[in-house]
Amino acid sequence: MSRFGTLPRRLIHLVIILFGITLVTFFLLRLIPGDPALAILGSSYTHQRATAIDASLGLNKPIWTQYGLFMGHLFHGNLGYSYFYSESATTVISQHLAPTVFLVIYSAVLAAVISLPLGFISGVRRGGIVDQSTRVFFTISFAMPAFWLGIILLLVFSVHLNVFPLSGFGAGIAGHLYYLFLPALTIALGFSTVLIRSLRAATISTLQAEFVDTARMKGIAYSKVLRRHVFRVAVLAVVAVYGVNLAYLISGTVLVENVFSLPGLGQLLVNSVSNRDYPVVQAVALLFAVMIVLINLLTDITQASLDPRVGQEIGE
Amino acid sequence: MNQARPAAAAGGSGGSPPGRQSGGSPPRGTWTLHPSEALLKVAERTAKRSRSTGRRRLVLIIGLAMLGVAILAIVGAPLLVAVSPIKIDVLHPLSPPLAGGHLLGTDQFGRDVLSRILYGGRIDLAIAFGATSVTLVFGTIVGLVAGYFGGWVDNLLMRIVDLFFAFPFLVLIIAIIAMLGPSIFNMFVAIWITSWVSYARIMRAQTIVAKKQQYVLAARALGYSRLRVMFRHIMPNTVSAVIVFSMVDAIGNIILAASLGFLGLGAQPPSPEWGTMISDGQNYILSSWWIATLPGLAIVFVGVAFSLIGDGLADILRPGDR
Repeated sequence: MSRFGTLPRRLIHLVIILFGITLVTFFLLRLIPGDPALAILGSSYTHQRATAIDASLGLNKPIWTQYGLFMGHLFHGNLGYSYFYSESATTVISQHLAPTVFLVIYSAVLAAVISLPLGFISGVRRGGIVDQSTRVFFTISFAMPAFWLGIILLLVFSVHLNVFPLSGFGAGIAGHLYYLFLPALTIALGFSTVLIRSLRAATISTLQAEFVDTARMKGIAYSKVLRRHVFRVAVLAVVAVYGVNLAYLISGTVLVENVFSLPGLGQLLVNSVSNRDYPVVQAVALLFAVMIVLINLLTDITQASLDPRVGQEIGE
Repeated sequence: MNQARPAAAAGGSGGSPPGRQSGGSPPRGTWTLHPSEALLKVAERTAKRSRSTGRRRLVLIIGLAMLGVAILAIVGAPLLVAVSPIKIDVLHPLSPPLAGGHLLGTDQFGRDVLSRILYGGRIDLAIAFGATSVTLVFGTIVGLVAGYFGGWVDNLLMRIVDLFFAFPFLVLIIAIIAMLGPSIFNMFVAIWITSWVSYARIMRAQTIVAKKQQYVLAARALGYSRLRVMFRHIMPNTVSAVIVFSMVDAIGNIILAASLGFLGLGAQPPSPEWGTMISDGQNYILSSWWIATLPGLAIVFVGVAFSLIGDGLADILRPGDR
């Protein structure tokens, strides 16, 4: 079996999943009970407008033709037309993309910075002070809604201590880093819970492996064993968790953007729901799903290239 | 796993010491891990485990007690607070906790915050139990079928599961609610549609392992029907994993209900709900901190209760795991 083991099979799965994603997002619009044109127009309903919307959504054609059209548009980068912004959904989305992408990357990095030391130390010094206090803290933070945590952080750091701005996106990289610190921290804390727990578990089980005792009996200093033998193996086990849970992180951005009034995709999604701008909702869902699938693929590849055993494990 | 360890350590003590300490008995301390220390480590591990088992049972009891208190307070809300959660009092808006007969103060319309928290909890706990139990049962059955039958059934079901996992959970739920229209019932529907998939995945993995074990082979050799093997033999032995997970999922669903309420896509005003209360309170956070913070504490309280129950159950149902 090659180094990348089951990667070809994963790619075939990827194509199937992408196809499925388009099906799901296509049929999302079909969930609207009754007349979509009425739902979109609301009180400004007129017969002409309704026919125009039916035509632009292709609702007057048979359903498989509609799906064909949808796919055709998709391949040309056309995600539909926003009735609220009177622009193509692609344009609207590209205007809201930057804050979200920045926030996702920022909080992913922040989460790694928080969790790697805490998770590893908790695993090595099991029952020690770091382990106990992180466990208490993160049991509580696991039960905290991200948006509430965001409000509390705002209250403490922006209102009372006046260290960070209340809202806004800032200018330039340094500005973004400063303005987005609290939002990113909010997301990162939620994300860290999972990471710390799994890194702790991975560290504990790695410590019990025979090769650790062998290394120590060979006379290698304990700190070196931890660094070179235990940490590397334990972190490998967490790579998969990290990748898979980025989906969770993206859900977090939707909420946090609304708390901190960031003009990102999450805010666009929620605003589009209340504006009944269904094509935009559909397009954002599609975009997020494709992002997740690509992140998962990247995780698989990273893992397979870091750890040759992985390819075989996935394929059984 | 643990049984194998003393043997390995004893083997080490019987063997010759490492080469660099040639001649004489090795002075204690030049070993980074002396064989006797290795034995001691094993003994300590075992002792720690039995001690922590007792502590975890305590954890379960504390969790159940916290949840019990929350349920009693929410069900018995009419007995505990005299004020209706939607009664508007224009004369006393934003009055701080402990002032004017309102234990936890009032919100911008002068509505009693304590009363709103207690009544609002009904929606959040209904989601925790109602949404979670349906997805637990459905997902478990799907996972059991996929794992037991294998082949194309498994392939088809798992591709559907993968498909749901491809969407960020919250985004998919928001999209579904967007199409159906925001309401509490549609919130249930959106969760039912989407969150059975985790259970299916966990249960499938458990079933595949169980399928190869002797008790299942024995049951099949006795000629029991597939249904009987699946539900009477495999399920009782594997269901603990999904039950433990359902506690985590219940927290997730409470937070989800609150999040949707916060975004204005769940419970609609004036009906009280923790997320909508936090959203209301955010506008008054500079002057009246209690409106937004206190409902959040209610969520944390219930969430920690479920979390402790989950931890305790994990130890009792799967003793070999920790």
